[in-house]
Amino acid sequence: MTEQRVSYTLDSSLETIDSCEEKATRIATELGFGEDEVMQISMAVREGAVNAVLHGNSYAADKKVTLAFERTGNELVITIRDQGKGMDLSKIPNPLAPENLLKTSGRGIFLMRSFMDVVEIRPSSTGTELKLIKHVHGPTAGGKEASQ
Amino acid sequence: MTMKVGNRQVDGVTIVDCSGRITLGEGSVILRDTVRDLLSKGNKKIVLNLADVNYIDSSGIGELVSAFTTTKNQGGELKLLNLTKKVNDLLQITKLYTVFDVKDDEAAAVKSFK
Repeated sequence: MTEQRVSYTLDSSLETIDSCEEKATRIATELGFGEDEVMQISMAVREGAVNAVLHGNSYAADKKVTLAFERTGNELVITIRDQGKGMDLSKIPNPLAPENLLKTSGRGIFLMRSFMDVVEIRPSSTGTELKLIKHVHGPTAGGKEASQ
Repeated sequence: MTMKVGNRQVDGVTIVDCSGRITLGEGSVILRDTVRDLLSKGNKKIVLNLADVNYIDSSGIGELVSAFTTTKNQGGELKLLNLTKKVNDLLQITKLYTVFDVKDDEAAAVKSFK
């Protein structure tokens, strides 16, 4: 990532999920993260994209997912927004609870929290904003804001 | 890299050699269809060889859980073989390592079926 901030507006499709993961992998690598951290960041972004495409926008063709990467100080800040109806955070079950261990879903946010330094979820009636932060240890990036 | 599977029989046990990614979409669907097909044909002793699975997401984890419970509910057993470090770590942090019967030796895995 040569710019300090780059953002993408993407369709609500399965291809978007793979695309978000690929972009996260590339940018995290460019910022100098180690192999394990790159995997953690790309997986967290993938899980965030899955939530945005499936649970947020429900694959709706008229709804977009926006993905942004920003280098601020010693942090990589990743923001994923959808245009869904928001989510009730109090209804997210603990996937480690014995009664939930054999459930086939509900681990995405848990994995994000396991892999990132900060995970913030801001639901609203017009969509959910997810912020993922990982501390940067690589070379400093510089440049101007870019958008695609 | 999409997911590929290949089945072989060893002493009455079906070894499913998986490679690639088990993720939302094609990878998860292939795993689901493979296990359902095996069960429908009466193959109820199943080992998923994950040696060449280099990536798995939460949907893929969910599909492994689904395969495990579906097999168990039909009176069968499903075990995991040869986890990569990434998959092993994921099963550890999700506490699923204690749920699955995980093996690192194929012969021992085959012998472990009742």
